[in-house]
Amino acid sequence: MPAQKDRWVSSLVFLLFCASSIPKCGSASLQQEPSPQHYFSGLEAGKTSLAFFSPSVSPGAQPFLEHIESSAEALQDYGVSVVKVNCPKEDVSRYCGKENALRKAFLFRGNRLIREFPTDALFDVNSIVANVLFALLFNEVKYVETLADLENIENVLKGKSNMVFAYVPATGTAEHRAVMEAAFVYGTIHQFVLTTEAALLKATSHDDPDVSSAWLLFCHCQQVTEPAQACRRTALAQPLTLLNIHRHLKLMGAPLVTEVAEDPEKISTVHLQLGLPLVFILSQKETYEADRRTAEFVAWQLLGKAGVALLSRDLVELNVLQRSNVALKTPDEGMPIQYLVLEDTDEVITLVEDKSKVKQIQEEEQEEEEDEDEKENNNQDIQDDQVVEAVSRDKKRELPLEQILVLTEENFHSSLSEAARTVVLFYASWEAVSLAVLRSYSEVAAHLQGSPGVLLSRVNCWDWPGLCSQENVTQFPTLRIYQEGQQSVTYGGMWGTEELSSFILLSQVSCPLKLATMDEAEGYLRGEFPSGLPSHHHTSLLGVFSSATSKAREAFEEAGNILSGHVRMGMYFEDDALALSQKYSVSPPALLLARSGGRSVEGIALSQHSVQDMVQMIRYELLDIFPEITVPNLPQYLQLGKPFLILFSAGDISQVESKEMLKLAKRRPQQTFVVCWLNLKKTPVGYGILRTYFSTTPPLPLLLWVNLHAGGQVFKFPSEQSITEMNILSWLEQLQAGLEIPSSTLSEEDWKPPLPAYDFLQMMEPSVPELSPHPADSPAQHPPKNAGGDSAGGDSGSREEPSQASTAEEVGVPGRGLRGTAPRLAARDKPGRRHSEL
Amino acid sequence: LGLALYASSLCAMSGAAFLYHDYCVIGAGPAGLQAAYFLQRAGRDYIVFERSHAPGSFFALYPRHRKLISINKQYTGKSNSEFNLRHDWNSLLSHDRRLLFRRYSRDFFPNADTMVRYLEDFASLLKLRVQYNTAIIHVTLEKNEQAWNGHYFLLTDQDRKNYKCSSLLVAAGTWVPNVVNFPGSEYVEGYETVSINPEDFTGQTVLILGRGNSAFETAENILGVTNFIHMVSRSRVRLSWATHYVGDLRAINNGLLDTYQLKSLDGLLEGDLEDLAIVKDKKGKLHITLRFYLENRNISAGIDSITLPQDELDNFATRAPYDRVIRCLGWKFDFSIYNRSLRMMPGKGNIKKYPQIKPSYESRGTRGLFVLGTASHSVDFRKSAGGFIHGFRYTTRAVHRLLENRHHGVPWPSTVYPITQLTNSIIKRVNEASGLYQMFSVLADIILLRENATEFEYLEEYPIGVLAELEMQTGRKARNGLFVIIMEYGRNFSGADKDVFYYNRAVGEAQHAWQSNFLHPVIYYYKHLPTEREMRLRPPDWPLPRPNAIHHVVEDFLTDWTAPNAHILPLRRFLENCLGTDLRNFFAESCFLFAFTHQKLPPSCQQGYVRMQGLLGSQELRQHAVQAGLLQDYTHTDFSGDRPPDSHHGSQEHLRRDHGIPLRPLQHLVNAKDE
Repeated sequence: MPAQKDRWVSSLVFLLFCASSIPKCGSASLQQEPSPQHYFSGLEAGKTSLAFFSPSVSPGAQPFLEHIESSAEALQDYGVSVVKVNCPKEDVSRYCGKENALRKAFLFRGNRLIREFPTDALFDVNSIVANVLFALLFNEVKYVETLADLENIENVLKGKSNMVFAYVPATGTAEHRAVMEAAFVYGTIHQFVLTTEAALLKATSHDDPDVSSAWLLFCHCQQVTEPAQACRRTALAQPLTLLNIHRHLKLMGAPLVTEVAEDPEKISTVHLQLGLPLVFILSQKETYEADRRTAEFVAWQLLGKAGVALLSRDLVELNVLQRSNVALKTPDEGMPIQYLVLEDTDEVITLVEDKSKVKQIQEEEQEEEEDEDEKENNNQDIQDDQVVEAVSRDKKRELPLEQILVLTEENFHSSLSEAARTVVLFYASWEAVSLAVLRSYSEVAAHLQGSPGVLLSRVNCWDWPGLCSQENVTQFPTLRIYQEGQQSVTYGGMWGTEELSSFILLSQVSCPLKLATMDEAEGYLRGEFPSGLPSHHHTSLLGVFSSATSKAREAFEEAGNILSGHVRMGMYFEDDALALSQKYSVSPPALLLARSGGRSVEGIALSQHSVQDMVQMIRYELLDIFPEITVPNLPQYLQLGKPFLILFSAGDISQVESKEMLKLAKRRPQQTFVVCWLNLKKTPVGYGILRTYFSTTPPLPLLLWVNLHAGGQVFKFPSEQSITEMNILSWLEQLQAGLEIPSSTLSEEDWKPPLPAYDFLQMMEPSVPELSPHPADSPAQHPPKNAGGDSAGGDSGSREEPSQASTAEEVGVPGRGLRGTAPRLAARDKPGRRHSEL
Repeated sequence: LGLALYASSLCAMSGAAFLYHDYCVIGAGPAGLQAAYFLQRAGRDYIVFERSHAPGSFFALYPRHRKLISINKQYTGKSNSEFNLRHDWNSLLSHDRRLLFRRYSRDFFPNADTMVRYLEDFASLLKLRVQYNTAIIHVTLEKNEQAWNGHYFLLTDQDRKNYKCSSLLVAAGTWVPNVVNFPGSEYVEGYETVSINPEDFTGQTVLILGRGNSAFETAENILGVTNFIHMVSRSRVRLSWATHYVGDLRAINNGLLDTYQLKSLDGLLEGDLEDLAIVKDKKGKLHITLRFYLENRNISAGIDSITLPQDELDNFATRAPYDRVIRCLGWKFDFSIYNRSLRMMPGKGNIKKYPQIKPSYESRGTRGLFVLGTASHSVDFRKSAGGFIHGFRYTTRAVHRLLENRHHGVPWPSTVYPITQLTNSIIKRVNEASGLYQMFSVLADIILLRENATEFEYLEEYPIGVLAELEMQTGRKARNGLFVIIMEYGRNFSGADKDVFYYNRAVGEAQHAWQSNFLHPVIYYYKHLPTEREMRLRPPDWPLPRPNAIHHVVEDFLTDWTAPNAHILPLRRFLENCLGTDLRNFFAESCFLFAFTHQKLPPSCQQGYVRMQGLLGSQELRQHAVQAGLLQDYTHTDFSGDRPPDSHHGSQEHLRRDHGIPLRPLQHLVNAKDE
């Protein structure tokens, strides 16, 4: 806002400058002329001057002289020079000789006298400027005394031009001057009419105006076509100052309604530039005429308070609700456009008027806000990384790491060869994510304590960078399982206690596990063999191969290596493999999939023999049909790249809903979306999701269609309908047909830097001149101790002192604040103290 | 002409007898052996020529008083081998942990004999191919289109045996003593031969010419037995702790400064040695006079006929006669063995003792000739450590990498990381890297951004003088902007006349980091690789041209730049604003929420959580994050659908606000562009 003010102030000044520069005049101050002869001979045609004659300094004229001197500069802007003519003693001409002429000032254009002013009318700068301009602008500013005069002028103007009607309680006032100055600029565009008659003001106004203050009305006579019609009037609501009048006239000059056919974000009008809001009336081809009338109506109501634009929705792609009919754009930069659904025009007007009220309050509070802004900038050095902050808040807690062997460059290889299987966490002790994982790792150690054959260890890469690079660890953290005589396996899963434990336990069994007998194979499918395996992995996978199909088997084994630790995989290729697979009505090569402890076994024929395909297929087959989405498992389903049909439930879902959803999930077209549910009790962050969609938590259970990957729309299944397969299907059809309105849309926002950085380049420029792209003229190099800049200038004398640093007195002097910052012990105080002691 | 004829006849005569190697290295000193090590590891065809029978022959004689002034720090409190190299100025680089200097000596300033032994071990343990007792006395070129550089280097040894190489690495050091000629200079003893037995100086008055470490080392040795010692040199004494240059006078040698300033008879004088003259009187005493008095006079006429300065100026400073005058003026490169066609020219001004080379260490006169080791110090003379083992072990590696790319198509080694590791990879390097630390403002780590800034490539210890040629020299592409990481001292902090102990010399606040005085990491961001012209027009004393953005990591008393708030956070903000992205880490739970509420995910979720590597975090950590207001706890949310308790609401707001603040992403960048 202040910036905009500046902008139009400067444009006004420019205008005035243009106006004044046409009649070129001399110095800005009072001109002295030695004699009347000299003065009159120097008068040029068309040049205006205000002259007063003085024989000697008469004591009474003294204050008048001061005023006239100070008005010289103001009048110069309007091409009027102010001249003081000295009357020689013997002079008895018209201007010098008469006593009363000396009490007057004379306005000349060329050598023609236009007006003479008694000095008591020129009581201050305002009155001098107002009266001089009033005299000069005799044609541009009509003075009226009666209503009839005013109406006459109005009638003449109708259909031709607009009228500015001003009431001032008296001439020679600041308001009078403002009106005259405005008339100087706008006098050729609008007809200015002035009055000092209070009665006239009362006659033109509906309610009882305060006659002691000035008024200005803009009368829209130009658009009036019929003589009988009255001109519309818009009063200036602010006090009469030159700036306010200028602003008002500019607003009145702007088109009533702007037609807009581009992105409203990019639109800028006079109103926005002058700090006023802009109201968009959203229009469509069908309703254009009506909308146009509405817009004009609103525009008249809001004239001087806000701009009105008519935005055609047919021409501009708008990503807003179809129902929205009004948009409001405020002049504040960075404020998004508000789209609203309003019922009648009064609402629009109230909206704008409330806004301006709020604005006034805001302006009052601006100072406070500025303080807050400063605080905001200081947030730069407040940690906003949740992981880093959490770890540093936790750093004083001693971790129970006794169970975890510390490996070094010296003992790494010997330790690995001692144990059959070693789990190694590579981390960096200064890195937050590493330390967060180390905490989970210590929990894993506690969890697995006593499990035979597992040795947990860690390598701090900050201590042993050579070892880490030798082991090809480029990222922290990295978890690896080293097994004697085998390639190490790098963990690629979630960094959670449970996931890590499961990985470590599963890795104990070779993957795939070779099963020797039919009994073992059956036991494996039931989850009974081998005993002691973690129970939380429900699904077992068994590859069945006739020995002939070795290619598929090789690929399966290779896939097992990749999936090691993540999947329970077995393999059976004895002679009776055919018999085993036929039990599940497939023929080898085949996969047998035993979900939930072998209660149901699925047989899948293996047709792909490439390792990648097989890994992908296994991963896909392991996904549940109707999963409960949790924080750890979401990525697996996200990878499918499909929309989610997700049921939010406050706890476990009911049997009925579960059955219906399962039916839906099992239908063939399931491939196009993921049917899942979310248990808010187990995954409370789900509340956060709902709150983002609906701003409050809606009644549960709640079925949503979330287009996670394309478009990001969220649709809510009507709560009045019951969750049945059929209802859902028909609702989905509606969705697909585009007949439903999305309840919410996922934010499209980019992840921009949360806060700005220190702009060292800018800070360096003043003190390192050679850095700036246009090197400054001054070659003076600041020595570094002066580079601080922000310490007081008087400090320079004391800067000499450090060279005498050995004086005893010096030791006691606290940091002289060369940079105006509080010293930190480690960086500044400590070395300082130490050296002075030496 | 005679020489040229001789050389060409030599070529013609024994053309068939050339022994060929891809690489010839002249000199088996530290730099020659270091180069040999890298060539050997890369499996290249190379040979090292050494005129002596063992490596490091310079160290067999020098320093005369046998005390090395390179520190050999036994303990740093850290086991990080890379970090410890920052405080080990004697070891060469190798994979063999036996070849660490601290295993050879326990002295902080070791004996030079230990260095000789170390170099012998280095050559033999690593089985480097060194041909001893071979003094190369002539080097010339043979034009050949097939050759790597359009010519072969032809080398001749003292036995007229000839060698031919495609690339010549000159690691011959600077070993020719600097000599000044003035009337009476025949009375001057050289540092090379002067007695090192203090007893030989008992009761003598000594004048030493020169003001470097060798001069002070000589003085230190005899300080206790002489009457007094005076030192003359043109320039004022430069103390290494004031200049931050290890080649200037080290504190270990500066005992004479004490006795001078405490008026214990010893003293320093400034004067141009060229104006000096020495006259010997009948008693064998040496008198200092000026060349000016001697002109047109027959010296042999005897001392009595010569005007001495004190005859006119009876308080002339060096009016007392001296018993001995010792010259300790340092060494220069041996230019004599190179044929003129190689155009091995001395540098200008104070680097005239070194051959002219480019910032890539390649000779300015001959393509394919690289200068290594001390002789290559013109690149960073009086600035960094390129003339010393702890510096040139890294520049030698850099040259090797340049050669691997140029001749063998092996691009500069690099590692590709996901963008989430950007802050980490910088923090890791600035905290441990020794090459960056020793060769501050000369070698830089380079981060090349890949398209869309989802990945980056990390190149270590590239010579920044040839930054403009990066793509050609490394075989890597820099299309999408780059970061240059170097270490710098504060500008104008170091210098011979600077008070480096003034109060508040150290900065502690991250926001004032650009005023840091002590060595600290500085990161330059360029949207485009600077051009040669921009490099040439860079501001004076700047290692690099004006970047698009710059970041200083605030200096640290412990040189440990791992503080989360003072070091890492401002660095992350800088990187974020350069890349225009959010580099914060998020717990899996936050990523889960973002996945359901945002169409785009921050890089840490995108590259971690979505790839099933989310950070679930322990209960305690999540609790801390909740308390910090950076994570919202939904567990206690009631089911009525009311507004959440204020604290929760606030924290969510905080997170959202953090993200929603309207940003001017590096507005100054945009402005700079406009200008």
